[in-house]
Amino acid sequence: MSLDSSDVKKIAHLARLGISDDAVPEYATELSRILELVEQMNAVDTSAVSPMAHPQDVVQRLRPDEVTETDNRDGFQGVAPATEDGLYLVPRVIE
Amino acid sequence: MHNKTIAELSAGLSAGEFSSVELTEACIQRISTLAGRSNCFITQTPERALEDAKHADQRRATGDFGPLTGIPIAHKDIFCTQGIRSSCASKMLDSFVSPYESTVSAKLKAAGTVLLGKTNMDEFAMGSSNETSFYGPVRNPWNHDVVPGGSSGGSAACVAARLASAATGTDTGGSIRQPAALCGITGLKPTYGRVSRYGMIAFASSLDQAGPMTRTAQDAAMMLQAMAGFDERDSTSVDVGVPDYSANLADSIDGLTIGLPREYFAEGLDSGVGDVLEQALETLRKLGATTVDIDLPNTSLAVPAYYVVAPAECSSNLSRMDGVRFGYRCEDPVDLEDLYKRSRGEGFGEEVKRRIMIGTYALSAGYYDAYYLKAQRVRRLISDDFTRAFDQVDVIMGPTAPSVAFALGSKTDDPIGMYLSDIYTIAVNLAGLPAMSVPCGFADELPVGLQIIGKPFEESRLLNVAHQFQQATDWHQRAPQEYL
Repeated sequence: MSLDSSDVKKIAHLARLGISDDAVPEYATELSRILELVEQMNAVDTSAVSPMAHPQDVVQRLRPDEVTETDNRDGFQGVAPATEDGLYLVPRVIE
Repeated sequence: MHNKTIAELSAGLSAGEFSSVELTEACIQRISTLAGRSNCFITQTPERALEDAKHADQRRATGDFGPLTGIPIAHKDIFCTQGIRSSCASKMLDSFVSPYESTVSAKLKAAGTVLLGKTNMDEFAMGSSNETSFYGPVRNPWNHDVVPGGSSGGSAACVAARLASAATGTDTGGSIRQPAALCGITGLKPTYGRVSRYGMIAFASSLDQAGPMTRTAQDAAMMLQAMAGFDERDSTSVDVGVPDYSANLADSIDGLTIGLPREYFAEGLDSGVGDVLEQALETLRKLGATTVDIDLPNTSLAVPAYYVVAPAECSSNLSRMDGVRFGYRCEDPVDLEDLYKRSRGEGFGEEVKRRIMIGTYALSAGYYDAYYLKAQRVRRLISDDFTRAFDQVDVIMGPTAPSVAFALGSKTDDPIGMYLSDIYTIAVNLAGLPAMSVPCGFADELPVGLQIIGKPFEESRLLNVAHQFQQATDWHQRAPQEYL
């Protein structure tokens, strides 16, 4: 799979990554090369193989729905770029 | 003092030959004069170290201590350490002072270790040469013109340069073993699920695993003892008992069967590295081990599958770096989308952006089955290869890396070439197996690592084999001239 500049711009938008227009052709070349490497996987038929998500095939552990962590909002918001009254501040979303 | 192993330092502390404060002061002094040569630290924490050391001496005086109490170590800067910058070597987290503590660092703190600082690494652990760090590359203590390997390059360099007796590392595709090999130290990647990932900044969650980087296998056993164990805070942590990792170190390896994958000794392996490995295997045969050739037929699919699974998971994990709740935020965003895009575009380095984009593409609508699901299927084939091999052998051995450390800058413009430097380590992560790298000689005056791969949860056996090898050789005792 070879990616062109418009593919790169679309992917960067999906990933919310700001990249400059100048850098787009180089990303297209590099990402295409990586996909070429990745597609070596297609040499083998895996239709009868089940996907492996956890190396020990462990299933998701469940726990009782109980409060186990104490409140540390001030601690967590202390490292935020902008907060006010316990809320995170971002540019206006709704006019 | 700096040439002593953890085991020797622990004995010295117990015998009252020196205090932890004296030991720590010596380490701080050495770091302040020597760390700059390799750039192995991002943050030095001398005040915290002295506090820890005083506390350790008090604990030893009152009898409330373990073997690691008072031992100075360093943490890879991927571990969140409360009140200390935890940057993951990224501009994105340059000002991130963690509000909470990772399980690994909390357990090592509880064991009484002394924190000397946070080590340099590839940005978000994405790299094999420690050249993608926002804080500049790390240089190999054996030769400052070559790379230390990555991503735990700072941890490897700091232990190789005798600036700390041990450091923590993390390994997603070889990031403990490859730098350990390139810097001539001992590194252990435990079984997936053995060590908690809580508070370890996530790169690829189904592959990431923390482990110790030390000078000897004996020290690695002591470190792993403190790091391993079930943790409710990590949903992939496995609830199996932690054995005494030091108990079997002295066992003979007479009768051990070692599998040598033909694919690991084929084209692509540097001949100098191959010669050194052959001598190491001869040493093991003299200790009573037998070697048999085995096949891991899907080896060539490991790097391709990894470069779907790891980027896919990284693109998901790194979506939390959005400039809203923590980390870097761009100047004067005009709207929310601009805030996201510029904060991430300016905060992440090139390699991280490449991997986020590959992962985003692989997970995007219409491509998930062809890439991610396909890779997860290939992953099972690779895992099955190992399972079959372990029916006839006790451990698998081969090179850790295809060559010795390469020149700084020589692969930075060639991402694929860089990816292939992990060709012998990546399959182990996909299969979730434990593996070690131990120093086994030199080629072109640079260290060579022997990789030892084991069955799930057989870290004790790996440590036993590595320790017996180190009893018969002195490669692990060699130190770079400039840091003697």
